[in-house]
Amino acid sequence: MIDELLSPEFVQLSLPPIVIGILASVACALPGNFLLLRRQALIGDAISHVVLPGIVVAFLVTGVISAWPMMIGAALAAILAIVMIEVIRRIGQVEPGAAMGVVFTTLFAAGVLLLEQSDTSSVHLDVEHALHGNLESLIWFDAIGWASLTNPDALAGLPPQILRLAVVLSGVAIFLALFWKELAISTFDPAFAAAIGAPTGIVSAGLVIATAIAAVAAFDAVGSIIVIAMFICPPATARLMTNRLDRQVAWSVVFAAAAAIIGYVVAGYGPLWFGYANAVSAAGMIATVSGVLLGIACLFGPVRRRVGEAAQ
Amino acid sequence: MTGDAANPFLRLLFDALLLQGGFNTALVTVGAGLLGLAAGAAGAFIFLRKRSLVSDAVSHATLPGICLAFIVMAYAGGDGRWLPGLLLGSALTAAIGLYLVDWMTHATRLSQDAAIGAVLSVFFGFGIVLLTVIQTLNVGRQAGLDTFLLGSTAGMLRSEATTIAAAAAVSAACVYALRRPMTLVAFDPAFAATTGVNVRRTDLAIMGLALLVTVIGLKIVGLVLIVALLIIPAATARFWTDQVEQLILIAAGAGAAAGYVGAALSAAADKLPTGPIIVLMSFALFAVSLLVSPLRGVLASAARRRRFQRRVHARQGLLAMARGEPIYDPLTLRILKRDGLIRPDGVATLDGRAAASKALRDEARWELLRRSSGENPLAERYDGLTPIEEVMTQDQIAALDAQLTPRLTAGQDEAGSSE
Repeated sequence: MIDELLSPEFVQLSLPPIVIGILASVACALPGNFLLLRRQALIGDAISHVVLPGIVVAFLVTGVISAWPMMIGAALAAILAIVMIEVIRRIGQVEPGAAMGVVFTTLFAAGVLLLEQSDTSSVHLDVEHALHGNLESLIWFDAIGWASLTNPDALAGLPPQILRLAVVLSGVAIFLALFWKELAISTFDPAFAAAIGAPTGIVSAGLVIATAIAAVAAFDAVGSIIVIAMFICPPATARLMTNRLDRQVAWSVVFAAAAAIIGYVVAGYGPLWFGYANAVSAAGMIATVSGVLLGIACLFGPVRRRVGEAAQ
Repeated sequence: MTGDAANPFLRLLFDALLLQGGFNTALVTVGAGLLGLAAGAAGAFIFLRKRSLVSDAVSHATLPGICLAFIVMAYAGGDGRWLPGLLLGSALTAAIGLYLVDWMTHATRLSQDAAIGAVLSVFFGFGIVLLTVIQTLNVGRQAGLDTFLLGSTAGMLRSEATTIAAAAAVSAACVYALRRPMTLVAFDPAFAATTGVNVRRTDLAIMGLALLVTVIGLKIVGLVLIVALLIIPAATARFWTDQVEQLILIAAGAGAAAGYVGAALSAAADKLPTGPIIVLMSFALFAVSLLVSPLRGVLASAARRRRFQRRVHARQGLLAMARGEPIYDPLTLRILKRDGLIRPDGVATLDGRAAASKALRDEARWELLRRSSGENPLAERYDGLTPIEEVMTQDQIAALDAQLTPRLTAGQDEAGSSE
């Protein structure tokens, strides 16, 4: 194991995906804590579905596969979806879950249809890619070992997703730190927050925007499975560990990072241990590990029980 | 689309709609229609129970079952793609997913949406892992499992189409057989329990039907989008009725129409994948209903709002005329002119003066009614718009007027002197 860690192949092939996995997982888990407590956990699910039409339209408009237009397209699609959900919920008086279901399935269907109609055979853009991501392919060609981490020339060859995700993660963390108090009171007692004049509307909108940015950035690197799993599983696991918000957020970061590391290692090396030559999907395995962690917490978490009636 | 291309497309579409496009196409089209019917009806119950998104967890939880069934069947020496076997496997893990959502909601403090999201993403992720495992197995003919993600009717075997059409017909029959207890529970669980219906078991039956529809729809619509067929027709039907029986019928009709027309469209043209087309057809019906429904539609509520606004403006305008106050609001002036109550130069017509003094008199009567009789429930009906004749009989108004006479005369004098 130590030999494997020290080998140049590890730094070249495994280190970047692991780092990207951790960054993406933590970036999604952080806002996920508040979504979970506000019973908006499925917003992450909805957003990661509508990312597909966003990137397809961005591709059709610009004609190239590149990160920034696609991220902008995805962000616009996320905003469109949230507006549509609100319109259907308010004007049509449809219950929120159903409104969300109507919107994200429709936009996803539109994305698939656009993809089939347009000629994307020449480029790497397909539904499977959107779902699984391509974590395994994010490798660091220029690395020749751990020493490359101090070599500026080699560092310039790092996959661009690392920098992008690091920026997004810092942005999300700064947003949470700056508006921690407002987020906390508007989450736990919205009426009180409104009564003392806290900017609940702005904070709620900011949370949804942070969620969308995290989803889009993580989606670009790791696909939508991890995104949905990381919005919900680590915060839910953490929720069963503690009653305090700050500790819950800390636990969720730990669980997200643990799922990313264990998931990647099991996917990449696990089959070898059993004598199979091929690795399995890292994105799928990371989601699976986060679910296993949640399952353990559901059975043994110190504060897993509910006090009082079940809320719908 | 050019005329040359449009004609063959339309011909193909009509052939498909009239079931003349070949036996398999006809079977798939009818199957999709039946699937939509069953999904719409089952979805109506789920919608009323506010558990729409539970079916999303169920549909994503089918993926590991499909893969496991494939692996088992391939290792047992058979064809891994035998549809009934795959559907059985998918139903198994979907049921486990459904149970876990229920268990997490009841046994832990997590709310239902968190349980749905967790089950959905984890089962789907595990399914993707199994898909990559299958790709590395040397079992041959493994291609095609990923068509369950988004559905595909192209190249469907006749036996598969028959299985789907038959299973969809069975689930539609199940909905019909169980409609009474499910209606009771969906509409009023507490009342259902007092009449001896087992609410938990009926809830289970509702979700079981959703599971059945999901599994049948895997091949046509795919597991990512099948939830749309359970949610959208029911949400569409809600725009048209307030009655449970009608809701179920309309949802079933909307689902059937979307399934049938969508499958026909997809058969008639290249590159129109069946699942997304069916979902978009369904959404088209939803969007039209959202716009034009007379109960909750956007246009109807806008028209209601506008009528109300006009009544308020007309009333306030008349009161202003009666009190001799000048009117500046352009909308008020327009309404009064249109109704022939003022002339274009703003001077009141005879009709206008009559209406204005009646408005003032009514206002005075209302005021007296509200002031003099605190306990009179009729006073609660005052909203500044309702004519008092709608609330009181002529005798009651006459009694009111008897107390009002001196004040009324003063009011009329004021109105008259301002002319």
